[in-house]
Order: sequence, then structure tokens, then C-alpha cells
Amino acid sequence: MVQFSLPKNSKIRVGKTWPKPEGAKNTRKFQIYRWSPEDGENPRVDTYFLDMDKCGPMVLDALIKIKNEVDATLTFRRSCREGICGSCAMNIDGINTLACIYGLDEIKGDTVKINPLPHMPVVKDLIPDLTHFYAQHASIMPWLETKTNRPEKEWRQSIEDRKKLDGLYECVMCASCSTSCPSYWWNSDRYLGPAALLHAYRWIIDSRDEATGERLDQLEDPFKLYRCHTIMNCTKTCPKGLNPAKSIAAIKKMMVNRVV
Amino acid sequence: MRYMTDRQRAVGKGASGTGTEHHWFMTISGVGLAFLVPCFVYIFGSALGRPQAEVIERLSHPFAAIVIALTFLVGMRHFAKGAQSMIEDYAAGTTRKILVIFVYSLSYVLSAATLFALGKMVLMGLMASA
Repeated sequence: MVQFSLPKNSKIRVGKTWPKPEGAKNTRKFQIYRWSPEDGENPRVDTYFLDMDKCGPMVLDALIKIKNEVDATLTFRRSCREGICGSCAMNIDGINTLACIYGLDEIKGDTVKINPLPHMPVVKDLIPDLTHFYAQHASIMPWLETKTNRPEKEWRQSIEDRKKLDGLYECVMCASCSTSCPSYWWNSDRYLGPAALLHAYRWIIDSRDEATGERLDQLEDPFKLYRCHTIMNCTKTCPKGLNPAKSIAAIKKMMVNRVV
Repeated sequence: MRYMTDRQRAVGKGASGTGTEHHWFMTISGVGLAFLVPCFVYIFGSALGRPQAEVIERLSHPFAAIVIALTFLVGMRHFAKGAQSMIEDYAAGTTRKILVIFVYSLSYVLSAATLFALGKMVLMGLMASA
């Protein structure tokens, strides 16, 4: 349900300001959300300064530099560093995106503000708890469901049918879209969110899948699917340039075609 | 504290099997209102500021009366269902149920009041012309 104010223990305080690097001429300020479950303190925003002449071009480069050279306690997820794994999704300068493919030069202004993905429980610092998000993804049966006996070689698919999966299979489940959606913020307990629905559509539209009816049945609900109000934040924020809103609209269209 | 698995929490009580009808109604009523509202604005606007007898004569015309009745009936149903979605977004539990009941009741009362007023005007128009 909607919450209009932060609970007392979530109010963000001003944190520590770390010293500027010595002798640096080209510095940039980073304000980063910090919270640890171990100290029992409220979240805070720490300020760091980096010498940009000795820093890589991406936001993740800056975070790794801070962790390696300034504050080893800074915690964040990262893995592939090329936008494939979806681990480093976070809110950078007000936009949910992947830190590894978001350039520091894309951020206007001198200060780089980095927060965890919004409206998710925080495990520590920039790491959100994605347990529920993954469980929702699992609930849409993200696998090929068939009833016909397995063919000797492979399930065949025409080139045209394969093309329908473009713009869907590329999703890396970074959760940027779902956590940018106000409907997901207020009703994530029941609304599946854009990421899970995009994946649902990926399997509904797959010509080899034989569970289309069951998949649509599982989505036919005022909350699971129809909580999408076409706000389009998901499409605007997707770091992979995908269009979850279009997939959701396509599912709704299929639902109507079943009835009318 | 409830001990539920993550999957159990995500699936909840399962899909209710409804929602498409609501979505389809909002779509077709939206299209209907796109035609009705401009007609209503024209009819109502052209009657504004005129003497009572002339207003009754204009609004009791079959086309005007039917457009006004349809605008309010379709509009109020559209309002009730739209407001229900909004309430579901922002309220939960008993508050949600009470607000939905209130909005539906309000839409029915307003529809009834409109039809009554319109009927009265049409009858007055008929009596005046007789």
C-alpha cells in the first residue's frame, strides 16, 4: 500500500564526508547511500571525492575506485561490468540503471548521487533484497512448457516466430523497471511488475510453448496484470532499451481477444 | 510473523480470473465518452445563461436528452470503475472496501438524480408544448 512518509528508522541522515584526494585537480563529488543492518543506525549519505583523471568512465568504475582506495566498507553488487548480468542495478542521479554501462559524463552537474533501487528492502548499502522479485519471476513459469511428446532432435521454430522474441529475451532481470513503477511500489505484494510480465509475455508469445491458456489464466487478475496503468516509467528507465509496457499492453490485448 | 516461502508470498491466493471485463469496459466507455462529452458540452454550453423556458425547450429535445442521459450514465460507471482502481492503488483492507462502496453508491445516486432531473425537464417541455 502507498506510504506517504518514511518510517522513523528509514529517515536518511547526513553521513561522513571523506577527504579530497591530495594533489587532484579534476575532482568530482559522490553522495552515496549507506546503511548497515549491523550498527542499528539510520541510513546516511556519505560524501566521497574522486580524482577523475585517475578514474574509469563508468559509474561502476567510480564505485570500485571508492571501495578499493577510499572506503572498503562500501557494499554493492557487480559482476560482468558489461550490462549482461544485471547485478549492479541502482538509482544513479534519480534514474534506475546499471552502474556498469552508465557513463559518468551522462550525469549533469558536479555531484553524482547514488542510491539503492527504490522501494525495495535494503540488505546493505546499495544492495536491495530481490527475493520477492525473483519469486514473482519464478511464479510466471519462465520455461518452455509443452504437452506434445518431446521431438527427437529439437523444438522447431520459424524465423518469423523467432523474431517475435527479440526485445524480450534480452532482459537481464536487473529490476530497474519494476522498481521505477509506482504501481509496483504501492502493490508489489500482488502486482507482478513489468519485469515479470515482460518475461511472461516472452513465454506466451513463444511459438513452441503449449501453455498459453494456462499462462493467461494465471495473469488474469486485477492486481497481477491490470495494476499496470501504462505509466511507462519501465520503458523509460530500462538500461537495455527494452519496452516492458508494450509487452504488458500485448498481454492485455490477448486477454481481450479471449473474451471479445 | 507468518512463515511463508517466497514463492507462496509471490503467488498469494492465485489469480482471481477477473479484470479483463473491467479493462474492456474502461476502454469502450472511454471511447464512448470521447464522443459524448463534446456533444454534452455543446448542448449544455448553448443552453447556459438562457431563460428557463428556453433551456427546458432545448434540453427536452430527444437528441439532447438522450445525449445528457448517456453522458451521465456512462460517465458515472466510468468514474466508479476508475475510482475503484485508484482506491485499490492507495488504500488497503477495510478502508479500501468502504471507499469502493462509497464511490459506487455515489455514482448510482448521481446517475439517479440526473435521470430524475432530466425526466422532470422533459415532462415540463412536453407539457409546455402541449
